[in-house]
Amino acid sequence: MTDNNLAIAPVLELRNVFKSFGALKATDDVSLTLLPGEIHALIGPNGAGKSTLIRQISGEYSPDHGSIHFLEKDLKGSGVAARAQMGLGRTFQVSSLALEFSALRNVMLAVQATEGTSFRFFKPVMKDQDLIDAAMVFLQEVDMQSRANIPAAELSHGERRKLEMAIALALKPKAFLLDEPMAGMGPEGSKALTVFLDKLRHQAPILLVEHDMDAVFALADRISVLVYGRIVATGTVDEIRTNPAVREAYLGEEV
Amino acid sequence: MLNVSRETILNCLLALTLLVVPFIALSLDEPFYVTLATRVAIYALAGVGLNLALGLGGLISFGHAAFFGIGGYAVGILASHALNYEPHFSSPFELEGTTQMLILWLVAMIVSGLAALIIGLFSLRTSGVYFIMITLAFAQMIYYFAISWPAYGGEDGLSIYVRNGFPGVNTLIPINFFLITFGVLMSALFLVATLRNSRFGAALQAARQNEDRLSAVGIKPFNIRLATFVISAMITGLAGALFADLNRFVSPNMLSWHTSGEIMVFVILGGVGRLFGPVAGAALFILFEFIFGGLTEHWMFFLGLVLLAVVLFARGGLIGSLAGKVRYD
Repeated sequence: MTDNNLAIAPVLELRNVFKSFGALKATDDVSLTLLPGEIHALIGPNGAGKSTLIRQISGEYSPDHGSIHFLEKDLKGSGVAARAQMGLGRTFQVSSLALEFSALRNVMLAVQATEGTSFRFFKPVMKDQDLIDAAMVFLQEVDMQSRANIPAAELSHGERRKLEMAIALALKPKAFLLDEPMAGMGPEGSKALTVFLDKLRHQAPILLVEHDMDAVFALADRISVLVYGRIVATGTVDEIRTNPAVREAYLGEEV
Repeated sequence: MLNVSRETILNCLLALTLLVVPFIALSLDEPFYVTLATRVAIYALAGVGLNLALGLGGLISFGHAAFFGIGGYAVGILASHALNYEPHFSSPFELEGTTQMLILWLVAMIVSGLAALIIGLFSLRTSGVYFIMITLAFAQMIYYFAISWPAYGGEDGLSIYVRNGFPGVNTLIPINFFLITFGVLMSALFLVATLRNSRFGAALQAARQNEDRLSAVGIKPFNIRLATFVISAMITGLAGALFADLNRFVSPNMLSWHTSGEIMVFVILGGVGRLFGPVAGAALFILFEFIFGGLTEHWMFFLGLVLLAVVLFARGGLIGSLAGKVRYD
């Protein structure tokens, strides 16, 4: 078992990461790995430091101590854009879109980013059929093709979440970093997204921050529980369900 | 029905009006209006430059006078050396001045572009009020440098005795010079329209709308903005070069913050981010100056009222009021 684990190199690895804001230890000695093909869920009560941790991985914050390796490269010094280029596909907790652009143009932006063609000055994008077709494929994957020409500002909350997902797909990432993708989706939307993410793990592993416990227990290969910036437990769904420390600190009466 | 938007029709009308007015003026034997139209075209060109950064990129530069003035001084300095038969320097090789507009424009654009590269490298690391203040500070530095540099006129400015030449055209005839500036303005508008619709333009406009989104897909907003700032400055620098030739005179006034403010007023009056916004804005500005300037020396007060009305009630400026909101396809 141990030998087996060593043989698989983690896609993403955090080693002893610390981050403080003044006296508040937002991230306190966090180590975790994301292995190929897995969904690793990160759960914890509000204020546990999940978002802070995600921001250190995405490059918005830099850790005070410790290292973050992605595809065996140290991410220290790489900015948000550089990390995205390397293959970290992140979605935001609160949808973050170019609101004046149509859904299609939002995805087209991601496609041109992966192609590295943002310094093309002359050809009009809306006459660039290859670019449009490429983007359309990702909109279809999230069942948004009929809303392609609607400005992001006019999309519903659920549609914006789907659009975020389409953009993340268009980046063809080597790891997904999904920050509460189910938030505000409603039971129907959550179910559909659960089915979708279940298939997505074969494309690239997913680090999933999520409050929806049904989704987490249905999807996760492994779960890490974050409380006050510390990981109090990491394990399979069953191990986490039965872990007394977790029940006390987080799950409480729910389980 | 033809798929032509109201804005496109409006733009064509504006361009046509600007082109026709000087000819009507000539036929009525009123050559003064030719010069007035030339000023509109040059101011509009300066605005087109700023509009690229401000309108499409959301970069509120309060220092575009720097590029307008640098473009003007590039022409003034090169022409004065040529007219005095003084080379700029004679070793290691001799560099003569020139009175050829095409070369002068090229130099003006290169120098403004380089200035923008340096200013941009510093200022684009900031945003919001800090960006406004840093661009202003850089422009003021250049302004005071020009004032205290006696070799090229200092505070008094620098005269260009004869308007520079353009191949095959007598530039001393006002209508010819107008047509040159009009041609340059239309080319710049075409360039900006092309950029706006390109992949680069998509990234630039995304940077304005949501810079986190742009970073998250892996495009560095800084690089896109720096390239934009440089192109924007080159267009405004070219306007400065034409302005120098229109007046046959350059002075530190071109570099002062008033000029930066005026260029910004053209953009806001006409419509921020609208292709022909600066054309409409510059025309409105000149009309105001001409009509109310004849009645009272406080015409700026009335312009201020109009500007206030635009900012409060008509964010899209003149173009926005007539053609409706921007809608991306």
